[in-house]
Amino acid sequence: MMYKILIVDDEPNIVMSLEYAFKKKGFEVFIARDGSEALEIVKSHIPDIVLLDIMMPNVDGYQTLKQIKSTKKLEATKVVFLTAKNKASDIEKGLELGADKYLIKPFSVKKIVSEILELMA
Amino acid sequence: MNNYVLIVIIVVYLAVLFYIAFLAEKKKKSKWVNNPYVYTLSLAVYCSAWTYYGSIGIAANSGIDFLPIYLGPVIAAPLWILVLRKVIRISNQNKISSIADFISLRYGNNRFLGALVTLVCLFGTIPYISLQLKAVSETFEIISDNTGYISTNILDDSTFYVALLLAIFATFFGTQNADASEKHTGIIASVAFESVLKLVFFLIIGVYITFYLFDGSTDIYNQISTIDNFKELTSLSGLEDGFNWFFMISLSFIAIFLLPRQFQVSVLENNREKYLKKAIWLFPLYLLLFNVFVIFIAWAGKITFGDSANAEYYTLLLPLEKGHSFLATLVFLGGFSAVISMVVVSTLALSIMVSNNLIIPYGFLDKFIKNQPERNAKYIKNIRRISIFSIIIVAYFFYVSFSRELSLYAIGLISFVIIAQLAPSFFIGLFWNRGSSKGAVIGIIVGFCITVYTLILPFTIAAYTGTDDFIQYGLGRITVLKPYALFGIDFLSPPAHAFFWSILFNLLSYLVFSIISKGNYRERNYAEMFVDSKNFKALQDSALVWKGEAYVADIKNVLVRFLGEKEATRALKLFFTKYRLSLDTQLADARLINFSEKLLTGSIGSASAKILIASVVKEEEISLVEVIRMLEESKENIVSNKILLEKSDELSQLSSKLKDANQELVVKDKQKDEFLDTVAHELKTPITGIRAATELLMDDEDDMPKEIKKQFLTNILQDSDRLGRLINNILDFEKLETGRLSLDMRYLDIQKTIKKGVANMQHIAAKKGITILVKNVHCFKMNYDEDRILQVFTNLISNAIKFCEPVSGLIEIDYKLGNEVLEISVRDNGKGIPAEDIEYVFDKFYQSQHQNTIKPEGSGLGLAITKQIIEKHKGKIWADKKIKTGTKFVFTLPIS
Repeated sequence: MMYKILIVDDEPNIVMSLEYAFKKKGFEVFIARDGSEALEIVKSHIPDIVLLDIMMPNVDGYQTLKQIKSTKKLEATKVVFLTAKNKASDIEKGLELGADKYLIKPFSVKKIVSEILELMA
Repeated sequence: MNNYVLIVIIVVYLAVLFYIAFLAEKKKKSKWVNNPYVYTLSLAVYCSAWTYYGSIGIAANSGIDFLPIYLGPVIAAPLWILVLRKVIRISNQNKISSIADFISLRYGNNRFLGALVTLVCLFGTIPYISLQLKAVSETFEIISDNTGYISTNILDDSTFYVALLLAIFATFFGTQNADASEKHTGIIASVAFESVLKLVFFLIIGVYITFYLFDGSTDIYNQISTIDNFKELTSLSGLEDGFNWFFMISLSFIAIFLLPRQFQVSVLENNREKYLKKAIWLFPLYLLLFNVFVIFIAWAGKITFGDSANAEYYTLLLPLEKGHSFLATLVFLGGFSAVISMVVVSTLALSIMVSNNLIIPYGFLDKFIKNQPERNAKYIKNIRRISIFSIIIVAYFFYVSFSRELSLYAIGLISFVIIAQLAPSFFIGLFWNRGSSKGAVIGIIVGFCITVYTLILPFTIAAYTGTDDFIQYGLGRITVLKPYALFGIDFLSPPAHAFFWSILFNLLSYLVFSIISKGNYRERNYAEMFVDSKNFKALQDSALVWKGEAYVADIKNVLVRFLGEKEATRALKLFFTKYRLSLDTQLADARLINFSEKLLTGSIGSASAKILIASVVKEEEISLVEVIRMLEESKENIVSNKILLEKSDELSQLSSKLKDANQELVVKDKQKDEFLDTVAHELKTPITGIRAATELLMDDEDDMPKEIKKQFLTNILQDSDRLGRLINNILDFEKLETGRLSLDMRYLDIQKTIKKGVANMQHIAAKKGITILVKNVHCFKMNYDEDRILQVFTNLISNAIKFCEPVSGLIEIDYKLGNEVLEISVRDNGKGIPAEDIEYVFDKFYQSQHQNTIKPEGSGLGLAITKQIIEKHKGKIWADKKIKTGTKFVFTLPIS
């Protein structure tokens, strides 16, 4: 089965690497540069998974997560934070808000892919 | 009845009382002697021979005037819960042993006041005891039918021997223990027994007279109502009688609290405060029962004897008249019971006062300090024994010299008026913490002198001179000084009149001198403790801010002298355990001083205890007084209150300043944390990019299309550059912010520098098709650090490029002379800075939330660094808010 993944990050170089890796694994990849873009794409494409940065202009990761979690038709969509914020309090906050996983930058692409696959299984 | 038979009956009866007292003393803890009923019955010591015989005399001659003496206590009873409970609590905690001790402690252990109260009590009680002796003597004569015989020799007078017997009884059970605050269970048990007897016998004779001799109360009423002055006897006549009643009720109200024997039974012998709850209704009931038949007996006597017999003894004369001598004997024994309980309790109370408040503090203290402990206890007991005998003997002589002339009722009232002089200092002192020892002493002396003048002097002079000139004309024939009609008040009975004037001046003196003289620290401490008795314990432990020096060993020495080695050691051990102090503590603290004073108070009175303990304590009086004064005045004194308020204002200001400073530090700290967080985040971003791209290149080398490979490599290069720039910027910023960067100032042409700056950025701008225009072409030489100013241009221009639209973008650089400054501006036609961001653009790591372009290349430090550089040149930088389109940054550099 082909999963739909939305990658949300304002760093184009990082997005490029992730896009390449997930496409290679057979994912259908969507890209957003911030929260507000992400929320539009999410509504029209209903991805299976959203890979979400936190520190972004306009609508940040936290707000985006809240929006997704409170949208009825996105019930099945999993949300994974991928961020450089690695303090214990940040992680706690992210998981409390309802993120399914909390992954930290810098990361190993292989690791990210396998974590996501594991989550979807 | 035969004289000797009567004596035998008396001796047997006394033996029974001895036995009861002995049993009770042996079973001190038994429920039989420790219950509210025994307590209430002991309170009935109030009903002495005066009640038993005297009331009937008054009822026969003046009608219902005998009642006010019982109404006072009935009114007082409900107040016991409020007043008496407080007094009991204070007395227990301080091992108070008499009313003199109580009052002297309230006014700071005042030795003189204790002695004064003792004297007042002596003057007030001795006539009262003589009244009892008179009653015994006269009833003895009546019942032993040798009425014609009047003894002329003491040794021949049976009253004298009765008095001695009473003294022996009081001595035996009253001085078992040197510590007078110990309960006298034996005496109390016998008093309770006597209270039952006197009431039962009185009721028997009442029933006998009313229903046996007459046909019930209606019969007596019908017969008496035929006599002439009947109406006067049964009603109050006008306002004057009302006043008399009012003063009599007040007098007895005071007496039920302050008579030494009442204080002894109600306060000192009280085992549990809760007994009061029963006593407040049982005791009035007892008084009611005692008074039921009084009026009928009086009328019956009047009907039978007319005015020919002493009305006070109708209860004896009526049965004797009918030949019922057995009944008469019962009545005699009832009266005798009333006498014994009154005399024994009164002498006991007085002897404790005389020894603890008069003799020991005024003469024997030195001796005690040198003596052996066993001898001290013996000494104290002997002083009390001698006191008891002396008091009874003095009372006997008083009886012989005066009392034969006066009625029981008149003597009783004199006692009441004298005792009432203690009322202001006692009652007000309990509820008003300003009442001072000076006020108390002067009030009591003034009141007592007035009592002497208006009550004691007149009858003494009359008794000796046989004329009533003094009463008729007053001192030196001055009308306003007539002893029974002072200042023209002539409508009151002599006791009511004396009571009115004495208590008025006593009260006024007390209040006035209390207000104008403040007591010393010790006095005010005790005042506080008495008034606020609920917190008594806490106050007592903390009130004495005490800075003296004393050794436990010295204090123990003093204690041993009075308590004995065993008892003293035990007491100290208890104290140390209670306050969790080590048993070998060397230095005594305030609590131990207090504790020791209390321990000794029971044996030798509070004033002496204070003096004794003080003898081994080196008290640093001044500092102590100072401390207390400061403490008290901060509470009372408005001025120092204000100062205190100001001080506390200052303090709160200081503390709020401190808070602000702290807040600032916290903010700074937080800023530093945030800065580090942001730096870390900014560094991680390119590293993440590099790491991800490298990983993919390595793993996917074979499958990866060439263009993608190239793109990843370009990304790595970009991110590496970004990392490098970031690190440089952070270092620059750090140097600038901490002021470690020194400028390399040179005299140069600004126009050339601007051109260099533009040249640096030209290729980037050209890539986007953006035009950079330098509008001013004049050269202008001034001092600045060229490298740094170039950095400023680079930052501002690259910012402008970032926000300009490709191709149509235009950047204009201009400069002009201002007031001693050169004003340089960089303006673009991009989308401009949102109004809400303009304040913050110079903050480090600030990147507009509204920038919607591809991630700009900035480090987030550009404008912050720019600002630091300009400020380092003593210039200013700002974003021009008036610009409608695009952004215009302006900065100045001083010319000089």
